[in-house]
Amino acid sequence: MDKFRMMFQFLQSNQESFMNGICGIMALASAQMYSAFEFSCPCMPEYNYTYGIGLLIVPPIWFFMLGFVLNNNVSVLAEEWKRPTGRRRKDPSILRYMFCSITQRSLIAPAVWVSVTLMDGKSFLCAFSINLDIERFGNLSLIKGMSEAEKIKLLAKIPCKDLFAHQETRVAATKYIKCISQACGWMFLLIMTFTAFMIRAIRPCFTQAAFLKTKYWSHYIDIERKMFDETCKEHAKSFAKVCIHQYFENISGEMRSFHRHRSCKDDSDDDDDEDKRRSDEEKLLGIRAQDDMNKVLWNWHTCKPALALRKDQIDGENNGRLNGEANGALNGFVKGHTHDVGKKEWAVYYSKV
Amino acid sequence: MERLKLVLQYFQSNSESISNGICIILALVSVKLYTSFDFNCPCLPQYNRLYSLGVMVVPPIILFFLGVLINRHTGVMMDEWMRPIGNRSKNPAVVKYLFSAMIQRALLAPMVWILVTLLDGKIFICAFSVSVDPALFSGMPNNTGLDVIKIMAKVPCKEDIIFRNISFHKAVSRYVRCYSQAVGWSILLFLIILGALARLIKPCFDDHATFLQTRYWSNYLDVEQKLFDETCVLHARDFARKCVVQFFEDMREDTILRLPHPLFITNHQEEWEDEEERLHGISKQEQVDQLLDKWYYNKPELDVTRIAHRPRTSVTWEDRGGKTLYSDV
Repeated sequence: MDKFRMMFQFLQSNQESFMNGICGIMALASAQMYSAFEFSCPCMPEYNYTYGIGLLIVPPIWFFMLGFVLNNNVSVLAEEWKRPTGRRRKDPSILRYMFCSITQRSLIAPAVWVSVTLMDGKSFLCAFSINLDIERFGNLSLIKGMSEAEKIKLLAKIPCKDLFAHQETRVAATKYIKCISQACGWMFLLIMTFTAFMIRAIRPCFTQAAFLKTKYWSHYIDIERKMFDETCKEHAKSFAKVCIHQYFENISGEMRSFHRHRSCKDDSDDDDDEDKRRSDEEKLLGIRAQDDMNKVLWNWHTCKPALALRKDQIDGENNGRLNGEANGALNGFVKGHTHDVGKKEWAVYYSKV
Repeated sequence: MERLKLVLQYFQSNSESISNGICIILALVSVKLYTSFDFNCPCLPQYNRLYSLGVMVVPPIILFFLGVLINRHTGVMMDEWMRPIGNRSKNPAVVKYLFSAMIQRALLAPMVWILVTLLDGKIFICAFSVSVDPALFSGMPNNTGLDVIKIMAKVPCKEDIIFRNISFHKAVSRYVRCYSQAVGWSILLFLIILGALARLIKPCFDDHATFLQTRYWSNYLDVEQKLFDETCVLHARDFARKCVVQFFEDMREDTILRLPHPLFITNHQEEWEDEEERLHGISKQEQVDQLLDKWYYNKPELDVTRIAHRPRTSVTWEDRGGKTLYSDV
């Protein structure tokens, strides 16, 4: 259990390694599925080719689609593609980058299936046995006197061990076709590896600067989406807490205020409650009504904010903190300047030493 | 569990050992690939040699490309080679060092494949059984009506009907396998001697001091790239968080006056301090784009004296009359 947890944590530590993990699992699943699948050639001239080539091509397409389905980035890509421009420009190179990386990962499991099928040779044997030149392998007596159609029927039975009588001819023909199949498999692997090599190793020669940018911003979009979901969850929680608290207060409103007037001492419990309530209120970030929240969620899609943080917002928070400290620590008047003019009672003097 | 963690930590401790680890894994994959591959000699005179040499040569090429692909140093080397000079001079010795390290590691898996095929012998038998002189062995089947070449080409196929109840093919196979193993062991011996000689003679030719510098700076480049990527990721995270909160706050309907904070301090605000630190003042899309462009076109010089001795902000508290109450200075 511990091992699984550690592996899980390692894979989830970052989105890319998680996707690589899924990719590897799918490749293994594809190899395992091939070995578990019971290949049974129909051994009939009309269906051999369809069965053989179908088994070579249809499962890879299925694995490719599955790769897209399992990849989280597909919905991020779709959302980024379809959103209205709002206050944030759309960058087509980011969409291209995301699409390329999703496609690259989804292509691995199909490539594994195709190479395993070609190395095994059964599907080529099933598809191409009728195109064989039988004179090469056995004695001509086999096909003497046969019409074209009968010859083809005989050849179509080669993949089936129990249907074809002359074992040496069958074995020789099987070896021959398997050879060709394996040669095709190795060529396929060589081409795929060479293409991947060209893309990975030669790409830094071109567009490296642009690549850094697209990588950063596509990662950013993914993180921003997660942050938005987290913030919404926290907001919903605080909203619920405050809502319920307000409801209780409204119901027993007169009783509580009466109580508070009677006992003016601060209980530690009351203080904690006050603190908690205040922090919940702060977590609401000013959104306190259903319509406001609906507007937030609606605008998030239709009008994404610009990628520019306001400096005064960052500084304002800092000043607030320092002011808070000043309030707590000293009782004197502190001189200095802040951004929020007028309302602040305390201020701070900075010096660079 | 602890052992696995220790092993992982050791391998991750430095990027050279990660590369070594990956290299060894690829060599093991190559052995596994050979054992699981179903070698299928066609036993036909025209195709035997082609098939065998194909199986001996094409997988090593594939493994070589894979070795170059999964090595991290490839990216570092290409970046260092192709970048504009910027503020940092280029050192060709570093690029050469990275290149030779990458090539050496990438050559291990192909060599393992070739050695395993030679020591196993199947491929040699398939390729060279037609070149063997059948007169050396007794018991060649001569009643099959096939000519000599075709019979010799069938030797790798043990189950063929012409070899039933005779041991001619076994003798020929043994003979060719001998040759194959001899070639395999010779190549292994040659490689080991070459490696040993290179290790022993290198200090005579190479300046060790320069070598230490080159090794340091290649490791530095690798670490710098990793740290840059990590910093970008952290920055993106903080940027995103602030952007989202800013968006929420912009949607406020009612105006809220910024009144002085009450007496307490929440943890919330201390978090903002740390996060603001991590943003390093980069808070706009154009600034980020400019930063990333500059990182490529104009790499900074290797001099960190400025940040090591940068001025700290310190605080001085004065009362109404101007008297200093407290100072950080």
